[in-house]
Amino acid sequence: MSKPVETGQIIDIDILRYRPEEDKKPFTQTFEVPYTEDMSILEALQHIKDHLDSTISFRWSCRMAICGSCGLMVNGVPKLGCKAFLRDYYPKKISLEPLANFPIERDLVVVMDDFIKKLEEIKPYIIPEKTGDKKCLSEGPHKQTPEQMAKYKQFSMCINCGLCYAACPQYGLDNKFTGPAALALLARYNRDSRDFGEAQRMKIVNQEEGVWGCTFVGYCSVVCPKGVDPAAAIQLLKVESSKDYLIGMFKPE
Amino acid sequence: MSKRKPYTRELPSDWWMKQLFYTKYMIREGSSVFITLYSLILAWGVLRLSQGEVAFNGWMASLQNPLMIILHLIALALALYHTITWFSLAPKAVDLWIKGKRLDDKVIISGHYATFIIATILCLLIITL
Amino acid sequence: MSENKEKTYIRSHEPVFWGLFGAGGMLTAFLTPVMILITGLLIPLGIIDKGNFNYQTLHNFATTWFGAAVILVLVALPLWHTLHRIFHALHDLGVKRGRDWQMVFCYGFAFAVSVFVFTLLLQMF
Ligand code: SF4
Ligand code: FES
Repeated sequence: MSKPVETGQIIDIDILRYRPEEDKKPFTQTFEVPYTEDMSILEALQHIKDHLDSTISFRWSCRMAICGSCGLMVNGVPKLGCKAFLRDYYPKKISLEPLANFPIERDLVVVMDDFIKKLEEIKPYIIPEKTGDKKCLSEGPHKQTPEQMAKYKQFSMCINCGLCYAACPQYGLDNKFTGPAALALLARYNRDSRDFGEAQRMKIVNQEEGVWGCTFVGYCSVVCPKGVDPAAAIQLLKVESSKDYLIGMFKPE
Repeated sequence: MSKRKPYTRELPSDWWMKQLFYTKYMIREGSSVFITLYSLILAWGVLRLSQGEVAFNGWMASLQNPLMIILHLIALALALYHTITWFSLAPKAVDLWIKGKRLDDKVIISGHYATFIIATILCLLIITL
Repeated sequence: MSENKEKTYIRSHEPVFWGLFGAGGMLTAFLTPVMILITGLLIPLGIIDKGNFNYQTLHNFATTWFGAAVILVLVALPLWHTLHRIFHALHDLGVKRGRDWQMVFCYGFAFAVSVFVFTLLLQMF
């Protein structure tokens, strides 16, 4: 790898730090990082860890916006550290905080348990027609036309980064709300022609904590790094839930 | 022993003032306060209408009060803001597919604006003609 | 979720209010600006003539079934939109106490005004 050109320029980065074994509450620490045009926020953090303070904690893996582990707040906006660049802020100071609306584990690392639980709860797998009615391998694959795939493809692009939860004030106000990514994932399975689990999943959708916790702030779709548009998924599910409500009035279970 | 001690941050109640996007959301929601007032003014007008010509003309005259004009100016600005936000979000609730492609957002939005302009002109004509 | 017990899910009645909110929002988006423009600005400021917005014409209009229905919808439906938003905005602003009462008050208000206008229109026949 070619070494970036040293320009002598410096950028200040404020980091909200929290060390559970010694701190009562988080505090801000400022670091001076040598600025280069092509440096990402994640690389800046790595520079800090390697050269300035090895105790700092943050998550990362792929460095290419696909693993979803490097989410953080950059000047109050949820972003992927590997997809945000210093050049978009320089020469102004950058402030980094752990993803909003999640408890802080340590420094920029948050507790994602609730998010993962929500993703699991919406039954994120294809449910065959009848339980136990599995198609035999010898019968060949489940076919799907490009049109059928187009119906859910966008909602299947999620990388579970959690930026949309950090952007959602409704989740921040009340974390019982199922939230954007999980509902988009739910829509993804409900809209899949190979899936027959809609009736089961509508029960989740129809709750107060389902789609009805959403007031269409719409910021989730703005911050999503993958163009999933969870707000649209929720809006479409609201329509489905309303239809389901009408049907439910005429044939109560 | 575990050293875990997750720190939970409370969402401050002024969260919507700290980020322009949220502030715009609150203005959108807040527009309803003024639209409510406007509906109440109209409801009052219906009451006066039911009480005869003198009462109704009194109501009409009260609308000329400068304070009323200012109130209506604010209400108009906010109602227009509601219209713009409503139209821009409208495509998200539409799931129309034509030949395997989702109907383009731009088509839906322009359709809304076209209807809006026609409706506005029609209303003006109905009153003045 | 290790045991195979199904969670109990409680269905929300929000679709009723959301439906009214949507209908009211649609109406408000398309017609409220021009309505405010006409009744609140152009006529009071004398920019346009009163035209059809005079006692006689309006009274005649309000005493037909069609006219009464139009007036009821134009005056009352937006309230089901706005009070729905106000109800949820209270939650956004962190007003946590008595959500049930807030709900009764908000939708009750929209309901009361709707009934008020409805009765007035009936009376005029
Ligand atoms: S929907 Fe978008 S923002 Fe939300 S978790 Fe998935 S990729 Fe991240
Ligand atoms: S490091 Fe994988 S998404 Fe950023």
